[in-house]
Amino acid sequence: MTEQLPDLPRCERTLAGVGPSKRLVALAAVAFWLAAACSSGLIAKRVLAADSFAEVIEASQPKIVKIYGAGGVRGLEAYQSGFLISASGHILTAWSYVLDTDYITATLDDGRKFEAKLLSADPRLELAVLKIDADELPHFDLAAGVPAESGSRVLAFSNLFGVATGDEPASVQHGSIAVKTRLDARRGTFETPYHGSVYVLDAMTNNPGAAGGALTNQNGELLAMLGKELRNAQNNIWLNYALPIDELRASVEQILQGNFRPGEDQPEIKPADAVDLAQLGLVLVPDVLDRTPPYVDTVRGGSPAEGAGIKPDDLIVFVGENLIRSCKGLREELARTERDGKLRLVLMRGQELVEVEIPPAVLVESKQK
Amino acid sequence: MKRLLYTLVAAMLPSVTVWAQVAPQVLTAEAARVAVVERASSSTVAIFAKGGQGGGSGVVISSDGYALSNFHVTHETGLAMKCGMADGKLYDAVIAGLDPTGDVALLKLLGRDDFPHAEMADSDKVQVGDWCFAIGNPFLLATDFHPTVSYGVISGVHRYQYPAGSILEYTDCLQADAAINPGNSGGPMFDAAGRLIGINGRGSFEKRGRVNVGVGYAISINQVKNFLGHLKSGRLVDHATLGASVRSDENRRVIVDDVLEESDAFRRGLRHGDEIVSFGGRSVSTVNAFKNVLGIYPKGWRVPLSFRRKAEAFDVLVRLRAVHREGELAELVAGTPKVEPEKTPKPMPGQPPKHEPKPKAKAHGKPAPMPEIVKQHYVAKTGYVNYYFNELNRDRVWKALVARGDFSAWQGAWTLAGKVGPAEDFKLEFSEKQASIKLPSGELKIEWEGQLANHLGPPGSGGLLVSLAMWRRLLVMGPVNFGEVYYLGTTPCEGREKPADVLVAVHGDIECRFLFDPEGGQLVAMEMIPEEDSDPCELFFSEFHEVEGRILPGRIEVRHGDDFKEVFQCKQFTFGPPPEKQP
Repeated sequence: MTEQLPDLPRCERTLAGVGPSKRLVALAAVAFWLAAACSSGLIAKRVLAADSFAEVIEASQPKIVKIYGAGGVRGLEAYQSGFLISASGHILTAWSYVLDTDYITATLDDGRKFEAKLLSADPRLELAVLKIDADELPHFDLAAGVPAESGSRVLAFSNLFGVATGDEPASVQHGSIAVKTRLDARRGTFETPYHGSVYVLDAMTNNPGAAGGALTNQNGELLAMLGKELRNAQNNIWLNYALPIDELRASVEQILQGNFRPGEDQPEIKPADAVDLAQLGLVLVPDVLDRTPPYVDTVRGGSPAEGAGIKPDDLIVFVGENLIRSCKGLREELARTERDGKLRLVLMRGQELVEVEIPPAVLVESKQK
Repeated sequence: MKRLLYTLVAAMLPSVTVWAQVAPQVLTAEAARVAVVERASSSTVAIFAKGGQGGGSGVVISSDGYALSNFHVTHETGLAMKCGMADGKLYDAVIAGLDPTGDVALLKLLGRDDFPHAEMADSDKVQVGDWCFAIGNPFLLATDFHPTVSYGVISGVHRYQYPAGSILEYTDCLQADAAINPGNSGGPMFDAAGRLIGINGRGSFEKRGRVNVGVGYAISINQVKNFLGHLKSGRLVDHATLGASVRSDENRRVIVDDVLEESDAFRRGLRHGDEIVSFGGRSVSTVNAFKNVLGIYPKGWRVPLSFRRKAEAFDVLVRLRAVHREGELAELVAGTPKVEPEKTPKPMPGQPPKHEPKPKAKAHGKPAPMPEIVKQHYVAKTGYVNYYFNELNRDRVWKALVARGDFSAWQGAWTLAGKVGPAEDFKLEFSEKQASIKLPSGELKIEWEGQLANHLGPPGSGGLLVSLAMWRRLLVMGPVNFGEVYYLGTTPCEGREKPADVLVAVHGDIECRFLFDPEGGQLVAMEMIPEEDSDPCELFFSEFHEVEGRILPGRIEVRHGDDFKEVFQCKQFTFGPPPEKQP
C-alpha cells in the first residue's frame, strides 16, 4: 500500500521552493490525504462501528480542569484549561499570562473549586505545573502518555471560550492528527518560543481558553497538551496544534522533583554582596501591579547588561534555574545572588527565548566603579 | 507513449488498491450514513430574503409544512419568504409565530400537504461524544437549494449562553464541533440516525472573524417542543421567570436571594434564603443549571419546584411569570438591530479578517407585494405576528368541542344538582344575569353588576360562581360572540400526558383560560383569573357523560390556592328557557 503513496521527504523536496506557509499547508494536505487513505482501511472500521465516544469521554472528563487567573481585558481571556497528572492534585497547563497572579483557581469537573499554586513553569515548552490541595483525584498518567501518528483519530478536551463553569463538563471536539511536524522551521510565521515537534490537528481546537487542554486518542489515552493560540503572521491562519507528551515529560518530571522553583519559594539567603539592578544597568518598567511582569524599560549605556546584549522590552523569565514572575520577584532573586558567581538570565524577546550571561569579572568590576 | 501509460496506471493504482482493502462493514456504514444524510437533507430548507439580501436555513417538521428557523433569520426576511428545498423547488412561506428570546421562528411552507419532514428526537438523551451533523445553507451557498452537510460530535449538552448584547438567550443548548457558519442559522442539527435534535443558531465567533471555530450552539429540540403550541398561535411568544433571583453559595448550593411578593413562587411559599433543590424535574446545583431549566418553558407554565428550608422540604407546582411586560417584547423586536447579518465573508489573503460593519437596518418602507398564496395565509392584527394562525387554531379547538355537542340553544339558566363534599346536597344555578349556590348550610346569590372580580363567592373558592358563569357563556356563545377569545398555545395539564390546547377568553375585567384535551377535544379544565398576580379559581372537569345529546362532566373539582378543594358530583342538569328578548 505504501509504495503507491507519495512519501513525505520527496514531497518536502518538491515543495522546497514554495513559500514557507504554502509549504506547510501543502504538507499538511498531503499528510491528511495519506492519513485518510490509511484510515479508510485500518482505523475507520472501529470508528464507524462506534456510535458515540460518550463512554471514553466520560472517563476522561473528571481529569480536566478549568483554570482562572489574570486577564479579563479585551482579547486576553482570564481563563484556560489544564488536566490532572497526579492523584494528589498536580495539574499540567500552558504557561501564560493567566498564571501571572497570586490568585489562580482551579475548578474540577465535579465543581469543586481550589486555590492553585504555581509549582513552576518551563517557558521554553510553554508549560506550567500547578498544585491543588486534594487527593485521590482521577488523573492522566504522564508516563503512560502515548505517541500518535498522522491520521490518528483524536479527542480534544478544553474549556474553550470559557463555555463551561462550575460542574459543567469541559467541551469535547473530535478530529485527526494531520501531521507531526516542527514549528521552528516556521520561525517568523508562527511566533512561539516552543521549538519542539507538534501535532497539527484537523480540528478547530485552539480557541481562546483552550490552551492547556488535553488531547487523547479514541481510547482515552493521553497524547498531548493543546497549545496556546498561534496565528501565522503572514496569512493570519490560526494553527490548531498540540504539544506531544513525549516533548513535555522530562521537564514536567523535573518540576515535580522540585527543580525550577519560582524565585519566591527559595530559602532566605542574603549574601553580603548581592547583585542589584542598578549595578547591572537595568531599569525595569514601573512596578504597578500585583505581579508586574519584569520587562526591561531601559539599559544604561556601558553597563554589564548592555555588554551582555540585554535590550529594552526584554522580559526576564529566568535567573539561573529560577523562574521569575514579577519585578519584585526579580529584585528578590538578585538579592539572593552573589556577585562573584556568573549571572545567567533567560529573556523573552518577542516570541524568542534568549539566554545571556554576565561573567563574574564584569559584575565585580562594575561594583567597584 | 509507454511513459504516459505508466503514469496513468500509477495514478490509478492508489485508489484501486485502497478501495480493495476497505472492509465491507465500512462500506455498509458509509452507505447507511449516506442514506441518513439524504433523508435528513430532504427536510432541510434554504431561506432567502427577497432580493437575495440575507437568509439562512430551516427545517420542516410536519407534512403540512410547518418549519423551524431562527428568529434572527426571519427578522431579516420579513413576514413572507422564499424557501428552497433539496428537491430543487422553491416554496412560498409565511411566519406563523415568533419566540424572539429563544431565537426561534415557526414558518409554514405553502403549496403542498406532503412535505418531507424531520422526526424530532428527545434531545435530553443526547450525550457528549455522540455523532451529529448540521445541514443548512452556510454562506448562502445553496443556490440550487441543495444544502451543505457538516459532520461532528456533540461537545457539550445543557449549555447556557448569556444573551449576547440582545434579547436572544440560549439556554440548555447543545454544543457541537460540526462546522456552523453564517447561513447555518435556523438549520437543523441531526443525530447520527437523522433525527432532529436541535436548531443551529449561534457560534462562538470572536477574533477570528465570522467563520466556524469549532464551537456551534443549537437550541435543543425539547425546548422548541415546549414552545411549539404557542408558536402556532401567530403571536410573539414570551419566556418565563420564576419571580425569584438565585445565587450559588460556597457549598455549591443554589440559594434564593430575593422573591417578588406578587409572584406565584412567593404564594407557594418560596422565601429568601431557601435552597433550590430541583426545578422542572432536574436537580439544580448551579445558577446556570437553574437558568437552563427556566429558559425552556413558556410563560404561564406550571413547573415542579423543590426547595429546602433548614430541615424542611417543600415540593410545589409553580406558575412562571412573563419575562417581559405587556407590549415590551413587541417594542424590543421592532427595535432589535439585525443580530447576525448573514453575509458571505470575503476572505482577503494576507489581511486579518475584519469584522464587517453591520449593515444598517433597512428602513422598513414599502413592503414588497405579498404573493397570492401568502396573502391567503396572513391576517394582520395588532398584537399578533400573523393572526391567521390564531384564528385557525381557535377554530380548530372549538370545532373539536362542538363536534361533541352544540350548546348554543341552551341560552337560559343552567342548573346543576348533586352531592358535594362527604354527602351534602348542592344546587348551582347560573345565567347571564346572576348565579347562586344552595347548600344545606345556606344560600349565596350574586347578581352580575359592575366588576366581576368583586363577586368572588363563595368565600375561599376564588370565584366559583363567576367561573361557572364564564364556562356557560363560552359554551353557549362560542368564541366569536363571547368577547375576546384567542388561542394561547399548549400547556401541561394535570393527569394528562400530552399538553392541552388553551383558549384565553376575556370578559370585562376577568380572564379565563380553557384547557382542551388535544386528542378528544374535550374541555377538561378552566382557570378564572380575576386579577393579575392572584391565584386563579380552577375547575377540573371529568366523568363526562351525555346529557340531551351533549357531553357534560359528571364531576367538577374546584381548587383555589393551596387550601380550597371541593368536588361536585353532578347528578342532574337542567336548562331553563331562553330569556325573553327585550323589546
